[in-house]
Amino acid sequence: MMLEQQMVLFEEDFEKIQKLCQELAAETNAKLVFLVDKNGQLIATSGDTGTMDTTSLATLAAGNIAATSGLAKLIGEKEFSILFHEGERDNLHLSTITERLILVVVFDHRTSLGLVRLLVRKSSRKLEELFAEINSKKGTREQNTIFTEITDEDIDNLFND
Amino acid sequence: MAFINYSSREINVKLVYYGPGLGGKTTNLRYIFQKTAPDTRGRMIELATETERTLFFDFLPLAMGKLGGFSVRFHLYTVPGQVFYDASRKIILKDVDGIVFVADSQIERMDANLESLDNMKIHLAEYGIRLEDVPWVMQYNKRDLPSAVDAAELSAMLNPFGVPEFSAVATRGEGVFETLKTVAKIVLKELRKQYTGGGQ
Ligand SMILES: Nc1nc2c(ncn2[C@@H]2O[C@H](COP(=O)(O)OP(=O)(O)O)[C@@H](O)[C@H]2O)c(=O)[nH]1
Ligand SMILES: [Mg+2]
Repeated sequence: MMLEQQMVLFEEDFEKIQKLCQELAAETNAKLVFLVDKNGQLIATSGDTGTMDTTSLATLAAGNIAATSGLAKLIGEKEFSILFHEGERDNLHLSTITERLILVVVFDHRTSLGLVRLLVRKSSRKLEELFAEINSKKGTREQNTIFTEITDEDIDNLFND
Repeated sequence: MAFINYSSREINVKLVYYGPGLGGKTTNLRYIFQKTAPDTRGRMIELATETERTLFFDFLPLAMGKLGGFSVRFHLYTVPGQVFYDASRKIILKDVDGIVFVADSQIERMDANLESLDNMKIHLAEYGIRLEDVPWVMQYNKRDLPSAVDAAELSAMLNPFGVPEFSAVATRGEGVFETLKTVAKIVLKELRKQYTGGGQ
């Protein structure tokens, strides 16, 4: 088919991603760390998300990155790979990793922008390596069975009220 | 591009409502939002101007039940219709899994419908995708208005590929869920086909 390859994430890879996000949250003393697909899909979170609407956060972070990279192209830049939003209490640090991912860090006065920046850079490299490894395994996986285990009838039944 | 997550056991799919400005895209999403149980949908985000025109996109996440033990979640987006928001429209179309084209049935909006359809094809082509290869459906909205063109005529003009088509009055919710369910089914079947290598 002409449509792009789907993104598939397996348990063991998810755990590695989750671990890197947790490390970053702990080392920076950030409130929250999110990893989001540029398409707005939430991949991993770390920290106490509590009542936060993480789905909306992921979508808007991706929208934010997409809009600013549109701006970047207009002035002849490839993209703005780091965005920083400063609030009264909490701040938001967004950075792009590879072509596909956005790392979001929510932090307050208990840490500093400098430290967040530094450690985000370090984590980005690790995440980049991890995703390179995940992608290289693609196609050799036989665990991706969800769509072979269901039938078109199952799909039809999903929508019968 | 669907996102299949074996850790959270979720299938995430992206649907885009496309079409000319004021055709009823936002109205479709609002109706779906109102009529869905709060535990099966998230917050609806509307990034709009002060006059309620969509500025960047509307967004509504919906849970559609379970398939093979996986939760099926659809992310619904609308694009801004006005001609000058072209860059935003292109961004929203990226990695789309399925499209609902919301046409305005009024005779005076025919040029706008055709222009928007063309615009959609161009943006898809920029991503290397042919419209023929995307699961999509057509909705003829505003059937309640006096200047609404005959459905058969609309079909001849706007639906050369013969994709599934629906008449709708989005303000009253007529045709809204029929449209959504059909495109959702087509998208999931297409995904299944990709994984089963052709299939029936
Ligand atoms: N009469 C009528 N009005 C409609 C219908 N659907 C939408 N509208 C109205 O058309 C206007 C534009 O709708 P909107 O959903 O904002 O269009 P969008 O630009 O495609 O998002 C609003 O005033 C709606 O109330 C319909 O089926 N019939
Ligand atoms: Mg709108």
